[in-house]
Amino acid sequence: MSAPATKSPAALPEELAAPERTGRRGSALVHRLFVVRELGILAALVLLVLVTVVANPRFLSGQNVRDLLLSAAILTVLAAGQTMVIVTRNVDLSVGSVLGLSAYATGTLLVVAPGTPVVVAVLAGTAVGAVCGLVNGLVVAAAGVPSLVVTLGTLYAFRGLDSLWASSADRLQINAADLPAGFKALGGARLLGVPVLFLVAVAVVLLVGWYLRTFRSGRELYGIGSAPEAARLSGIPVGRRVLTAFVVNGALAGLAGVLYAARFQTLDTTAGTGQELFVVAAAVVGGVAIFGGSGSVYGAALGALLLTTIGTALPQLGLDPFWRDAAVGALILAAIALDRALQLRLAARLRGRNARRDR
Amino acid sequence: MDHASSSAPGRVVLALEDVGKSFGAVAALRGARLELHAGEAHALVGENGAGKSTLVKILAGVHGPDTGRVLLDGQPVTLADPAAARAAGIAVIYQEPTLFPDLSVAENIFMGRQPLLPGRRIDRRTLARRCRELFDRLGVALDPDRPARGLSIADQQMVEIAKALSFDARVLVMDEPTATLSGVEVERLFAVARSLRDSGAAVLFISHRFDEVFDLCDRITVMRDGQWVSTDLARDLTVDQVVRRMVGREVSSLFPKVDVEPGDVVLEVRGLTTRGVFSDVSFDVRAGEIVALAGLVGAGRSEIVRAVFGVDTYDAGTVRVSGKALRKGDPAAAMAAGIALVPEDRRQQGLVMELSVERNATLTRRWQLARAGLLSSRAERAQAAEWSTRLQVKAGKLSDPVSTLSGGNQQKVVLAKWLSTEPRVLIVDEPTRGIDVGTKSEVHRLLSQLAAEGLAVVMVSSELPEVLGMADRVLVVSEGRLVDDIPRARADEDSVMLAATGQGAPSAGAAR
Ligand SMILES: Nc1ncnc2c1ncn2[C@@H]1O[C@H](COP(=O)(O)OP(=O)(O)OP(=O)(O)O)[C@@H](O)[C@H]1O
Ligand SMILES: [Mg+2]
Repeated sequence: MSAPATKSPAALPEELAAPERTGRRGSALVHRLFVVRELGILAALVLLVLVTVVANPRFLSGQNVRDLLLSAAILTVLAAGQTMVIVTRNVDLSVGSVLGLSAYATGTLLVVAPGTPVVVAVLAGTAVGAVCGLVNGLVVAAAGVPSLVVTLGTLYAFRGLDSLWASSADRLQINAADLPAGFKALGGARLLGVPVLFLVAVAVVLLVGWYLRTFRSGRELYGIGSAPEAARLSGIPVGRRVLTAFVVNGALAGLAGVLYAARFQTLDTTAGTGQELFVVAAAVVGGVAIFGGSGSVYGAALGALLLTTIGTALPQLGLDPFWRDAAVGALILAAIALDRALQLRLAARLRGRNARRDR
Repeated sequence: MDHASSSAPGRVVLALEDVGKSFGAVAALRGARLELHAGEAHALVGENGAGKSTLVKILAGVHGPDTGRVLLDGQPVTLADPAAARAAGIAVIYQEPTLFPDLSVAENIFMGRQPLLPGRRIDRRTLARRCRELFDRLGVALDPDRPARGLSIADQQMVEIAKALSFDARVLVMDEPTATLSGVEVERLFAVARSLRDSGAAVLFISHRFDEVFDLCDRITVMRDGQWVSTDLARDLTVDQVVRRMVGREVSSLFPKVDVEPGDVVLEVRGLTTRGVFSDVSFDVRAGEIVALAGLVGAGRSEIVRAVFGVDTYDAGTVRVSGKALRKGDPAAAMAAGIALVPEDRRQQGLVMELSVERNATLTRRWQLARAGLLSSRAERAQAAEWSTRLQVKAGKLSDPVSTLSGGNQQKVVLAKWLSTEPRVLIVDEPTRGIDVGTKSEVHRLLSQLAAEGLAVVMVSSELPEVLGMADRVLVVSEGRLVDDIPRARADEDSVMLAATGQGAPSAGAAR
């Protein structure tokens, strides 16, 4: 309520004194809404798991859960990178092709030089991705072409490169038998029962989250997406930051390619096809605003976990694969509606507060 | 005014020499000149479109000059980008707020300059503390952690000011910083600007309000059509002289208000309440009447008119136009009933920046202009041309995007847009914000003339002379309530200010 009428008449000099602060309610409010947002995904996830377990108790068996985490790991790494790009009001649609190219490159390296240490193979795959990201980033940042168009182009270009390489090397498919045992062990390795690949994904998410929150350049990515013109006027090196986001995203897509190779161990030139939209979906479901400026990598990771779980749970519920797509679609719409509702609520509260403060 | 510090001209910190800048065919600057001394407050005045903001953007490193030189401490410099200008110690408050809506207020202020811990990590605690110190200095009651989205335009401006003050600038450039602020906030800003000046910084101040210019500044540079006209000590100038140099001819700054016999009640507002914002607001407006809503910034005036028009919904009360109740929260219905609202925040609410002047000017009446559902662009252009001429919009071509217009000219386009709907009730929120003297009296003449033709006008204004000059009645809003209804005969500076600060004669509900 506005109870100002009862306020004692203030003399003008008093008007000049600093009014009392409204306290930390604004931050608490925003924080709460974000937590609500992430809890929402978590709740959906728990619900889905419960329903599936009731229908099929074996859903929570160790192997099943490990498979789920393995699949989620790849999507999560992609989503973490994609988040960095999306917060700058860009998008990278080429990640599926980058994944494929990097997986194939890593596989080829290991076939040609079976003695390569696993670490070197991981770094090589990541580097391939980083180069792809650099190409995307340079065209977007330097030439100023919209990222949607650029990465749509490189989506096909990188895939084409992959096929070209495979056919000219006359190695259309790499099989598990061709890969060294050391690398194959990575796919099944566990630490305290948890698949190592999943731990890698968790580490990536924590790192990216920490970076985005703690460093100037991380905050500047949000600034760029929130108001590109303001970013320019505040002296943020917009081009360089966007380029960095694309390179890191490319590197992470490359890393995802290595994880893919380690997990599936059978590689052809179709690896990762169609992943790009799944990744963007994971980010959007996780509350990353597609127009940039807001959203967290943790939300995107939860989104990736949820989408993967849907993918594994629905067949176990005996539902047609069609329902998986329908469910993902419904989820995206629900996420957008939820974000809109939260936004409106926040705006309404903040506006009320605006008028209430001031003297 | 006391300008003791101006008598000893300081060292020249920053200078522009014969600077020219063109945007396509538009020559925004040709032969602009400026010399800023350490320890002075320097005013830059000129009509809308004279090139003031363009000059500011050259100092800020946003635009490079086509010709001429920028000198820093006597040395030619190239301010290649905003970061370079910043590094040179030049802080700029732009005419239009440039905030990041998704980021917190504190982050907005310190973006790119956040205090660091070892390892280049952001020191959030120091960040919050420094932000609070700044706000205390400026007397701002904002929560540093709230997002910038949804800030009122005055608060956005305060955040901009805090941003500019957050680093030790040798040169502080302020492009119409006071346009959206109330008297109290302007006083605080000036206090801070004076202390900066006294500590040796140069302050460049741009405003269309001459009382402020003469209050703050030691020297005044006048510009016209992108050219330097004169630079003089403020104490050697009068307002009339400045205006004459700006415009190049005589201008009467009197408000040509004609007296009109009010007709029937057109707009009837009863018991309008939005919890926490305003409560029990009731008033009538008759045809031919100009009613001003006066009060301090943040008193709830804009919120009231937004609710009347239906942009915001409300908790209780009714709005009637010619006796017919309006559905709440339905601006389309309000428009159909003949209400027009010229909003205070032109960027967010009034204009589509990417569209052309003529598109913007006719955006609200596309259906009237459309024949058989098709928009005839000839009709559109004719309308736009008519209103643009009446309001003296200065634009290269009417097909140029609005974003390329000067601030004051954008405001004129907003006015044109709503006036062309031929409303029965016109609500204007700060109609002459950022508009130069000449056009201001033109806008007043226009409003007065429209009222004489039977239009009911509701005007929200923070400029007391405008309120006193134009209004048949002054409704004073204080902290969300109508506290007084002062007829023209009794309205003067004292009666309005006393009521606005909550010290007027208590006459609640007097507004009927
Ligand atoms: N980016 C741009 N593209 C094209 N024309 C521009 C651009 N920026 C400014 N102009 C033009 O340059 C001229 C000067 O504009 P400027 O914004 O400097 O005026 P101003 O003196 O600040 O006016 P105001 O008092 O209205 O703010 C105007 O005619 C404007 O239309
Ligand atoms: Mg300007």
